[in-house]
Amino acid sequence: MSSPDIISVPTTAAQFGLSEPEFDLVVGHLGRQPNALEAAMFGALWSEHCGYKNSKPLLARLPTEGAAVLQGPGENAGVVDLGDGDALAFKMESHNHPSAVEPFQGAATGVGGILRDVFAMGARPFAVLDSLRFGPLESDRSRYLLAGVVEGIAHYGNAIGVPTVGGEIHFHDCYRDNPLVNVMALGLMKAKDMKTGTVGAPGNVLIYVGSKTGRDGLGGAVFASADLSDSSDADRPAVQVGDPFMEKLLLEACLEAVREGLVVGIQDMGAAGLTSSVAEMAHRAGQGVDFQVGQVPTREPNMGAAEVMLSESQERMVLVISPERLGEVLELLARWELDAVEVGKVADHGRFKLYRDGTLLADLPVAALNDPPTYTRTGIESTQVRRQRETPVDPPQDPDLATSLLLLMASPTIASKRAVFQQFDHQVMTNTVVLPGVADAAVLRLKGTTKAVAATIDCNARFVYLDPEEGAKHAVAEAARNLVCVGATPLGVTDNLNFGNPNRADVYYQLERAIDGLRQACIALGTPVTGGNVSLYNQYRADEGLRAIHPTPTVGMVGLLRDVTRRATMPFKRGGDIVFLVGENTEELGASEYLAAVHGREIGRPPRIDLATERAVQDAVRSLIEDGVCDTAHDCSEGGLAVALAEMAIGGDRGAEIALSGGSRPEAQLFGEAPSRIVIAVSPGPARVVSEYLELAGVAYRRLGVVTGSSLRITAGAVGLNVELTTLRERYEYPIREALS
Amino acid sequence: MKVAVVRFPGSNCDDDTRHALEMVAGIEVDLVWHGQESVGKVDAIILPGGFSYGDYLRSGALASHSPVMAAVEHFARRGGPVLGICNGFQVLTERGLLPGQLARNRSLHFVCRTVTVRVDRNDLPFTSRYRERQLLRLPIAHNEGRYFLPPSALEEVEGNGQVALRYASADGARDDASNPNGSVANIAGVTNRVGNVLGLMPHPERAVEPLLGSGDGAALFESLFSVGSPAIV
Repeated sequence: MSSPDIISVPTTAAQFGLSEPEFDLVVGHLGRQPNALEAAMFGALWSEHCGYKNSKPLLARLPTEGAAVLQGPGENAGVVDLGDGDALAFKMESHNHPSAVEPFQGAATGVGGILRDVFAMGARPFAVLDSLRFGPLESDRSRYLLAGVVEGIAHYGNAIGVPTVGGEIHFHDCYRDNPLVNVMALGLMKAKDMKTGTVGAPGNVLIYVGSKTGRDGLGGAVFASADLSDSSDADRPAVQVGDPFMEKLLLEACLEAVREGLVVGIQDMGAAGLTSSVAEMAHRAGQGVDFQVGQVPTREPNMGAAEVMLSESQERMVLVISPERLGEVLELLARWELDAVEVGKVADHGRFKLYRDGTLLADLPVAALNDPPTYTRTGIESTQVRRQRETPVDPPQDPDLATSLLLLMASPTIASKRAVFQQFDHQVMTNTVVLPGVADAAVLRLKGTTKAVAATIDCNARFVYLDPEEGAKHAVAEAARNLVCVGATPLGVTDNLNFGNPNRADVYYQLERAIDGLRQACIALGTPVTGGNVSLYNQYRADEGLRAIHPTPTVGMVGLLRDVTRRATMPFKRGGDIVFLVGENTEELGASEYLAAVHGREIGRPPRIDLATERAVQDAVRSLIEDGVCDTAHDCSEGGLAVALAEMAIGGDRGAEIALSGGSRPEAQLFGEAPSRIVIAVSPGPARVVSEYLELAGVAYRRLGVVTGSSLRITAGAVGLNVELTTLRERYEYPIREALS
Repeated sequence: MKVAVVRFPGSNCDDDTRHALEMVAGIEVDLVWHGQESVGKVDAIILPGGFSYGDYLRSGALASHSPVMAAVEHFARRGGPVLGICNGFQVLTERGLLPGQLARNRSLHFVCRTVTVRVDRNDLPFTSRYRERQLLRLPIAHNEGRYFLPPSALEEVEGNGQVALRYASADGARDDASNPNGSVANIAGVTNRVGNVLGLMPHPERAVEPLLGSGDGAALFESLFSVGSPAIV
């Protein structure tokens, strides 16, 4: 056999995921034909997954700057300021396609990958949240995927000892073939310890540390940038296998090296493996690298240069060290029982030069590798979506509001996720102040301070589907509202844009409109985007052919509580407390879970959101919590006001008597999903203060009733419902528990 | 007062345990790396929770053979107080310092929640600050927490009064509904015959501050202040 590096075979564009014009661009950059290795490296870095070639021009519209932002997009993770020298690194990333093929490993390595992004910033990972989406719970495949993904997250997160503290799980037919697994990680550090993925100056040394490189995950970046198909199962080798034990050692060793001031730059090897980490690090410093591919520790003999450079084996990092600290670093890594070798040197030639045994295998300009062509297209809205949106929403008057409420409580998207989060260690690291399921956002204290961090992930994809711009605004607004409901001030956003194939005009339309919606809401609510991830080509088989998933721009948001003792959670806490609705209870049934769960229809216009009103409601509720007046708050989202009240009652094991105004449509009063609404409960004493405060703030509010008894009674004019808590709880807890048993 | 907290590769409750001892109980802590052959001059040793050596092979099995465990065993044989929490409990049974074994949970799932635990022995170095039959709210987080003993051995352990903690209902009853993992006789914590070595699956270090939901675990560490024995080298 000849050398495994075989670099002289004739190359074609398609082989490497490049279009003909892109291939010509490569030839232009090089001034010659690339060899196969070079073409493969370009192909990987210019894939959508690494190069964002379809989304970059649109992402540029997002606001990325703000007083709290210490690090915006472009690094391994974003970083926001928590005051007093404390900083929070955070980032969300998808592992959708791997999880569709192999849910356990797909999800596990999703956790591993995002944790590496966070500790590559020099931050200690201290919480994980997940946004998961599956097909209908009745389907065997959905149950298999749900169980596998949950076990995978638990396997990795529990073992490495980072708590999984929150997130969301939705179910919809559009995710049947193509589930979404978005994982967000948070890390703490001192702002002065922040690291970046840079090679620094010429002469610095590149150290490879962690697992050996194998053939797993080969071509993962290209795999993630293609449509899922029947042959995707044959792509199983493109899914990597995770080892949380190795990552734990890597985490501790890297943080120790950072703390000791031994590290110039640090980056994990994610999509497109060594190729992208080395090229990106060199690019950020405006330098070149002489890379010795033969030095890379491999799991198997005879791996070709392209295999080594593009492998996506897990638990590997690149450290850049100044030569005089090399000995210390290698000693430190050896103490953690890690394999570490010198694989390259920084050079001032601005090229990525790849050598084996003195032979130059590839010679590529670093700048061009990092500068893929970008595309802007013209989006056109799907006529079907427009038809659905413009379908009049006029359900018959609901004859049995109690039955509808119970249906909604058992709708898998709304139902209790207890059976899932009990499989996650959510308390390790002893910072988790608010446990999963108890509030709208997770709350983690900062040891040795009075401060706490809050975090959430949100997206109502039905809203985004029926109106991408308005729906994306809702996603941001709901995330901020959830943070406010625990008493936090929102600081920043990491987003994960899960969409279909952007070459389709209707998908591009969704992407463009959704990004515009994100932009408007992030500006209005003061939450800049510090990074995130784009996952395109998510689609599924339908009768009429391939269809895109619902556009799902999940919004991960973090916030700060200055005083952790001034916080709120969801459950009713005391009999006799007065229940208020802050915000206006407009009658909005369009695009609601009620229409979907009770009437089987996905139609109508999502409620309009007024961002100034939203902000006023949020500011008012946060002030009440910060002032210690209110310790019970919950926002209204899927299922509307009635579901929100039911969740507060179940959580507190206390009923309530609630009177709504009646209005023209009781079912819309109870189950409509108008935004900018928060239910709070306060002791009778301060209730007066609350009214006065809200009057003064000019925020609409209404006294709804009182916490009492063991059932939820709601009257809306002449009709109403009265359901025992035990019945509500049974319906609420059953579906997910049953699916996982 | 000084306590050694052993750090195996893959331990992940080592820092939490140190935090509980230092910040809450005011006890000085030495973090001891698994490769050390001595634990130094300390008053007690704690093996923390986590996934030592990735829990590969079997939970706690590899860690039980690490160099530091010879020193731990020596310390225990001379009567020094040794506590194993969760994975540390698994290490102690694997080392033969405690009877029984921890098997996969009855549910076959990892389980993380807060449970009620009844104190059946309050005369041990780690339990003396509890009342007898006191009910504690303590978090659990494990995949292999089902304590198992064959019937004859169980009879012996019960006969010797070696069961220190049991999963119980809110009114202290030992019933199946309160058993989160299928442990035999609802055993949550067990001691050796002498009573100086204790292993438990619940995480007392996670329950030392009311801010995090329960302060019931603090007395377990504070009990060490009542131990009269001098430090053992």
